Amino acid sequence: MLVHLPILQVIVPLIAAPTCLILRKPKLVWLFTLLASSLAFVISILLLQQVMLTGTISYELGGWSPPWGIEYRIDKLNAFIALIISGVSTVVLLAAQTSIEKEIPQEKQTLFYILYLLSLTGMLGILTTGDAFNVFVFLEISSLSAYSLIALGKDRRALWASFQYLIMGTIGATFILIGIGLMYQMTGTLNMADLATRLPEVAETRTITTAYVFFIVGVCLKLALFPLHFWLPNAYTYAPSIVTAFFAATSTKVAAYLLIRFTFSIFGISFSFTTLPMETLFLILGISGIFIASTVAIYQDNIKHVFAYSSVAQVGYMIVGFSLTTHAGLTAMLLHMFNHALMKGALFLALAAVVYRVGSTRIADFQGLGRQMPLTMAAIVVGGLSLIGVPLTVGFVSKWYLVVAVIEKGWWWLAGLVLLGSLLAVIYVWRIVETAYFKAPIAGRQPVKEAPMAFLVPVWLLVSANVYFGIDTRLSVEIATAAAKSLFGVAQ
Amino acid sequence: MTMILGLYNYWIVIVLMMIGFYIIIAHGHLIKKIIGLNIFQTSVFIFYISVGKVEGATAPIWQEGILLYSNPLPHVLILTAIVVGIATTALGLALIVRIKEAYGSVDEDEIQSMDNQDVANQEKEHQQC
Amino acid sequence: MVGIALAVNQIKDMFAVVMLAGIYGLVSASFFVAMDAVDVAFTEASVGAGISTLLMLTTVAMTGRTEHEASHKPLLALLVVTVTGGLLIYGTFDMPYFGSADAPVHNHVAPRYIYDSMKEIGVPNMVTSVLASYRGFDTFGEVTVIFTAGIGVLALLSVVRRPKNDAAVEAINDSMHEKHLVLRVVIKTMIPFILLYAFYVQFHGDYGPGGGFQAGVIFAAAIIMYALLFGLSAARRVITQPVVQLLSALGVLIYGSVGFVSMLNGGSFLDYSVLSADPIAGQHLGILLIELGVGLTVASVMIIIFFSFSARSEYQQAKKGESL
Repeated sequence: MLVHLPILQVIVPLIAAPTCLILRKPKLVWLFTLLASSLAFVISILLLQQVMLTGTISYELGGWSPPWGIEYRIDKLNAFIALIISGVSTVVLLAAQTSIEKEIPQEKQTLFYILYLLSLTGMLGILTTGDAFNVFVFLEISSLSAYSLIALGKDRRALWASFQYLIMGTIGATFILIGIGLMYQMTGTLNMADLATRLPEVAETRTITTAYVFFIVGVCLKLALFPLHFWLPNAYTYAPSIVTAFFAATSTKVAAYLLIRFTFSIFGISFSFTTLPMETLFLILGISGIFIASTVAIYQDNIKHVFAYSSVAQVGYMIVGFSLTTHAGLTAMLLHMFNHALMKGALFLALAAVVYRVGSTRIADFQGLGRQMPLTMAAIVVGGLSLIGVPLTVGFVSKWYLVVAVIEKGWWWLAGLVLLGSLLAVIYVWRIVETAYFKAPIAGRQPVKEAPMAFLVPVWLLVSANVYFGIDTRLSVEIATAAAKSLFGVAQ
Repeated sequence: MTMILGLYNYWIVIVLMMIGFYIIIAHGHLIKKIIGLNIFQTSVFIFYISVGKVEGATAPIWQEGILLYSNPLPHVLILTAIVVGIATTALGLALIVRIKEAYGSVDEDEIQSMDNQDVANQEKEHQQC
Repeated sequence: MVGIALAVNQIKDMFAVVMLAGIYGLVSASFFVAMDAVDVAFTEASVGAGISTLLMLTTVAMTGRTEHEASHKPLLALLVVTVTGGLLIYGTFDMPYFGSADAPVHNHVAPRYIYDSMKEIGVPNMVTSVLASYRGFDTFGEVTVIFTAGIGVLALLSVVRRPKNDAAVEAINDSMHEKHLVLRVVIKTMIPFILLYAFYVQFHGDYGPGGGFQAGVIFAAAIIMYALLFGLSAARRVITQPVVQLLSALGVLIYGSVGFVSMLNGGSFLDYSVLSADPIAGQHLGILLIELGVGLTVASVMIIIFFSFSARSEYQQAKKGESL
């Protein structure tokens, strides 16, 4: 069975999804989903171990060797990200049943879990495949399930947010399809490793340049890189809270993976960054994302909006690391992907707990929550500190590595900008802390109880991970560095 | 000259794509956006299929004596893409039905102003508290 | 086709626009035939021109027939579109010419599909052998996409409580159907043939254009026709909601099981050669089973989607009836 791990990583949640239709009761379906997700998590751990020991794994689907058949290709990069995705998925699921009790009507809960599993399948499929068109298919699986999940939110704005996301997401996916088509036209293959060897011959053509541009624009739409981020804030805010917790920690990471994979492994560094002024462009967009999104976050009334814009800013940080095109820059980006998943996972999960008890996420409704929901608010505080980049948290680790990578290039001004961005984060986190701890609870409102264990356990799991990996950074740094190294090794 | 003859097919497809794309972003009526999306995607399909065509060949079904076939791979890809397209359309239309129920309108501008109105009303409510 | 697209852009009557969109799909299908892409043409005609138009009409019926005037001048849109289009045209200049036989796409991966597939898989329709065997996993993903859409539409549109005016709505529907006597008789005779044709397409897909998707859509079309004429409740008595949901899940599971059995027999996922002593027989068996799974899921999901839309429409009508 061990040799089949690569495909099982995707098949387990995929087969689990329709099976949920056969089991009927939501609680049973929840346990089943939790089981499937944990299994996927275990598989990802095993795969990562295998890859760290023996190097890239290749699996031929259907027994046909690539490029005639579809290949699954696991290397350090995607094994690492698969670990993050399946891990967050499992932890978030622990609180799922309790959370959706209040947010999704009874008869739709089974459908919710099916869509959740399909979303997980889609993301894992994008990560593990070695075939460009297969990426498109699984991208659509994850997107379609995402649109449906977001639309399950109670507020009618969830429907509108989902529709806007559908339009923008499908345009992005179609752009990606155009890019793949152009690449195929010039090389005759769809296999990613094969593309990497054949693209250099045709790299000078205008067609390939066009292919690259369309592909990257499509990916950046999914990544929510400024200025293509418009779908994200509303989608995250109005989706059911547990959905936001899941997506905030995972969906942009998968898009970032595609960006890294196609730029480094397929098109190659020399093409991607010399033919077009990508370095400069990404740098500018990244910095703009950080500042504009953080500033907008400060003025938001709804805390979910605050953290959604914060996510757009965090994507900016990742892209800044990416644009450095150095080994250190890429390591910083990968580290930040890991850390951001932990940070936002914890934050949005804690917010889900607040929604469960309070029913709203408006800043005004947070008054006095510090005393009434101490554990939950403490979790939000730690998450916030992590966002800012306070030492002893994972946020500090990624900011540190980013600043070091930037200074390595001699761009002191950029390091200053990164730190300035953290200052903005201080402002919007402080607003929340101030309201929760230093304002009296709203008069006439019923006292709010602490969140139930179903929330506290996963939230504090993620929060402890935030602190643990902020102190003992060996694991995350080692894997990120190794992954970055392997990418530079493969690319020209 | 041969270049124009060899490429004009692609140019026409690109024009179709762009009309579809334009319909998506320029129109406010939600169903029209979905139709624009359809046209956009179908044009991409036409592009892929054109790539696979070989002059003087036949459909890729094995027949005795025929040696020149058009490329089956783009056909396979587009079959999948058509299915993906209908899936997206179905979801989009379902969303539109729900939006109509919830907002009473399927026009982008009207919905947006209703949302802004909601936000403004909430502001007023909270200032009164 | 450019003309149709431009007309879609200009016309404000949504019914006309949807009809034009359907025609666009049909014209694309004929174009595909001209490009030797017969399977694709088949699918585009049934899905793009058929199901798509049907769903859009249903939605228009529920949302209103005219489009309002745009409030702002779409200059930005025009700019974006021009830039994008310009970039694409820029990209065409280094492409291999349309129809040339020495383009990279024809010389690398394709020759094996064309010339060796008969030997390796034993199926004349090369598209089927690529779709079902060489790139069978893509098709698995595709079935999952369809399943996802079905679940998504269910999540969005399904109504649990039966409208209180059940009998009233049924009576309205039934009386309307009384009027269309000719249609009823004609459709009743046609449905068995359509179903038979669906089965033919399903199982003959190895030898001619066809296969699971097209068959599934045609099957669903027959059911939908029945529902349109005789009423949703009548159709629901034949094809109940739990059954059709189960069938949609079953299709995906069948597909996955074939993959699992391959793994258990020592091959990799979806390797059909190990399904039987003779690899070619194994390939045939594998393709047959997965196409069955595909047809099952596609048919069920199309029916689910249509039923969901109709049910929601009845729900809306019932609500309007209540508030009056």
